[in-house]
Order: sequence, then structure tokens, then C-alpha cells
Amino acid sequence: MEALLTERETILAAFWMTIRLTAVSALGSLLLGTLLTALRVAPLASLRAAASTYVSVARNTPLTLVLLFTGLGVGANLGVELSDDIATNNFWLACIGLTAYTSAFVCEALRSGLNTVPVGQAEAARSLGLGFVQTLRLVTLPQAFRAVVAPLGSILIALTKNTTIALVVGVSEASVRMREMIETYGDQVIEIFLGFAAGFVLLCLPMGLLFGWLSRRTAVAR
Amino acid sequence: MSYANLYEPPGPRGVRRNRALAGAVTLVLLALAYVVYVRFDEKDQWAADKWLPLLRGDVWATFILPGLAGTLGAAVAGVLLAGLFGLVFAVARMSEHAWIRVPAAAVVEFFRSVPLLLLIFFAFFGSYMLIGVNISAFAAVVFGLTLYNGSVIAEIVRAGVLSLPKGQREAAYAVGMRKNQVMRLVLLPQGVRVMLPALVSQFIVLLKDSALGLIVGYDELVDRGLNGIAANFSNVIPAAILIAAIFIAINTSLDRLAHRLGA
Repeated sequence: MEALLTERETILAAFWMTIRLTAVSALGSLLLGTLLTALRVAPLASLRAAASTYVSVARNTPLTLVLLFTGLGVGANLGVELSDDIATNNFWLACIGLTAYTSAFVCEALRSGLNTVPVGQAEAARSLGLGFVQTLRLVTLPQAFRAVVAPLGSILIALTKNTTIALVVGVSEASVRMREMIETYGDQVIEIFLGFAAGFVLLCLPMGLLFGWLSRRTAVAR
Repeated sequence: MSYANLYEPPGPRGVRRNRALAGAVTLVLLALAYVVYVRFDEKDQWAADKWLPLLRGDVWATFILPGLAGTLGAAVAGVLLAGLFGLVFAVARMSEHAWIRVPAAAVVEFFRSVPLLLLIFFAFFGSYMLIGVNISAFAAVVFGLTLYNGSVIAEIVRAGVLSLPKGQREAAYAVGMRKNQVMRLVLLPQGVRVMLPALVSQFIVLLKDSALGLIVGYDELVDRGLNGIAANFSNVIPAAILIAAIFIAINTSLDRLAHRLGA
């Protein structure tokens, strides 16, 4: 226990990084995922093809590889520099990688949500004279969102756990700190592991409860 | 699946507009691809000496095939053990005895919310202190994959069994089966069958997760590609593209299999 207590400030800093990675990537994935969903149902075949190719590539590539690719491809080779500070730059690169990966799952969830919206809803919208974007924005997507609150919650929880992989682009978050601590305080391996595990349980459990409650509240009565 | 109900079939003007838009989109995508191409070209990523090694037999024999064997080895071991773990804990969590049910639920919920990487680190860096020997990277990866995916599989199997009609259980009891027989012969086979697509999806997750082995130095595909091929030919980007393609090919075929099983 003493290791966890003496190092509590660096542990909290590591978890703060985990939380920031999660929050930024969650927001990014929600936006990009919604855009991808709109593209996948768009009237233009080229848009649909581009979006569905993107989704299947991102979904089927290991996150480790996605993040390595963000670091090496986007960072080193495309020369994208988001900050002069290396740590900040790595943070943003990790967010890009996590967003690129997670948004594919958000898109899949939202698309299945669109499937739950009865055909008549879109038909009624069209008969009122709404165009494609209006139908999507005002009628079908809001209902789709309400249908997929619970799956989006699972995606957010998975994202929280996935932020640990950001260490491959040099972001020092909870998993890095745990590894360093196991090496320093070898005699307290179990306590250290349980401490870090508890941190994730504390992050993920309320999210699960919140999204369960939200999904019951927002469910569309049909 | 059709979403054509979201918009009117376009008239003559709509068709022209759509064509113009499609052209514009294609141009934008091509422009984007061009920028990536040029930036990569400046770094010589398209040079033939970076791509040709990927076609050589000895590169496949030294790096790619052993890497693939490592990935598949960890995945197969993970699937078998996680499947076993999942079955045992699903049954335990449905037990009538609270002293089995409650601990099983706690174990499942715990391992579902701990990141896989923490489990791998715990096993890999902590094993010497815990059991007095350093376990191999393979063992650490399989340990993590088993506990993490096993607890997800336990939930999938449990959901499958709970989704079965009550009559199945009642009929089994009515013909005189014991509790153990009802579960083993009637409920589990049907529950697993109902959940086959979800199980295959979880196996894809497991296969992708085995790429974490790289972080503890397990010789799997990503490691062999980036630390093996790329270190020898300094062709990180081509190697990463090839490896991503291999993963995508394996996973999309598994995905198709899942869809076929679901149909």
C-alpha cells in the first residue's frame, strides 16, 4: 500500500492523462462517427463507398497498429506538428489515432440505430418536403441516437480502456505509470495492480451506470 | 440494407447535381491522397527498395510468416482458454448457489473493466515477484487475453442462455434431466448457437488485441513487421501497410463468417 500512497500524485497525474485522452477522443469520435454515418447513407454512391471502406479498414486493424501508424505516418512522415512540446504533440497524435479507430465503431452503432427508425418516419419527413440533410438531421438521426445510447456507452468504456495503448506514441498515462511502479516497487506488485485496476473500475463503472440510466430515459416508446 | 427511403429518387436536375457532387468528392479524395503521396514521397517512402523487400521470399520466411504464426498462436491459445473461462464463468454466474454466483459475477465484472494492457503488464513484469519465475511474453499475452476476453465471452454466453424460451429448461426437467444435464445438454448448446455471431466478433477483437504483444516483446505480426522488417530495410510505412492489409484480410473473412453464421 505504501507505494500507492507515496506515489499518489504521479498516479493521479497519470489517470488525469487517461481522462483527458478519453474525453478528447470521445468528442472527436462522436463527431467523426456521426459524419461517417451520414456519409454511409448519403444519396451519392462515391460517398457511401468512401465511408464504408474507411469503417471496415479502421475496424479491422489492431489499435496498436493504428496508433503506431499515427505516430510514424501522420507524425513523422506527413510532418503534422500540433505543438512544439513533444509531450503535447504526442497527446494530440494519440487523440487522432484513438478518434480514427473509435469513430468507426460509433458509425457502426449509429447505423444500426438508423435501422431501428421505422421507414414511415423518413417517408413522412420527405412528404413534408424535407431534403436528405434535413430528414437526417431533424428526424432520423435524433431517433437513432436515442436508440443507441447503451451501445455508445460500451464504446466509451472500451475507449477509456483503449487509451492505455497510447503509450506506443509516447503518451505517459496510467499503464506506463503502473509498469514503472512495478519495476520500482517489485515487492508490492499485487497492491499496485489492484490500485490501478481500481482506478479503471472507478472510471468505467459510473459510466456504465450513467449510460444505462440514460438509455432507459431516452428510449423511444414505439 | 437500403437507406433509399431517406431521399427522393433524383430527377434530371438531381442526377446532374449528384454527378457534379460525386466528381467534387472524388477530386477532394484524390487531392488528399496526392498530398499524402507527395509528403511520403519527400521521405522516400515509395522508393522501390522499400517495397521490393516485401516481395522477397526470405523476408516472408524470416519475418512475416513467423510473425503471423506468433499472432495466430496467441490468438488460438487465447480463444481456447478464453472460451473455456467464458463457459465456466457463465455457468457459475447462472448458478442457484449464491456462494458460486456472487464471486463469479465479481470476477467477470472486474476483468471486464480492467484494460488488457494492465493485465499483460501485471503478468509480465510482476510474475517474478509473484511466482519466482519470469513468464514468457507469450504466456503474459495469453494470460491477459484469457481473462479479459474470457469475461466478455462469459457475458455473451450468459446472455444467450437467458434469451432461450423458459420451456426449454422446463421440458428438460420434465423428461427427468438433472440440473447439470439441463445446462450441459440443453441450454448451453442452444445459447452458444444463438450467440455465435457475437462470439466470432469477440474472437476478432481477441485477434486484434494480440497485437499488444509487441509492447512486451512478443514476436507477433506487428512486432516482426515494425521491429523486424522495418529495422532491416528502414521501410516502416510500407511494412505497416502490408501488416495492416494482412490483419484486415483475416478479420474481414472472419466477419463474413460471422454474418453467414447469423443468417
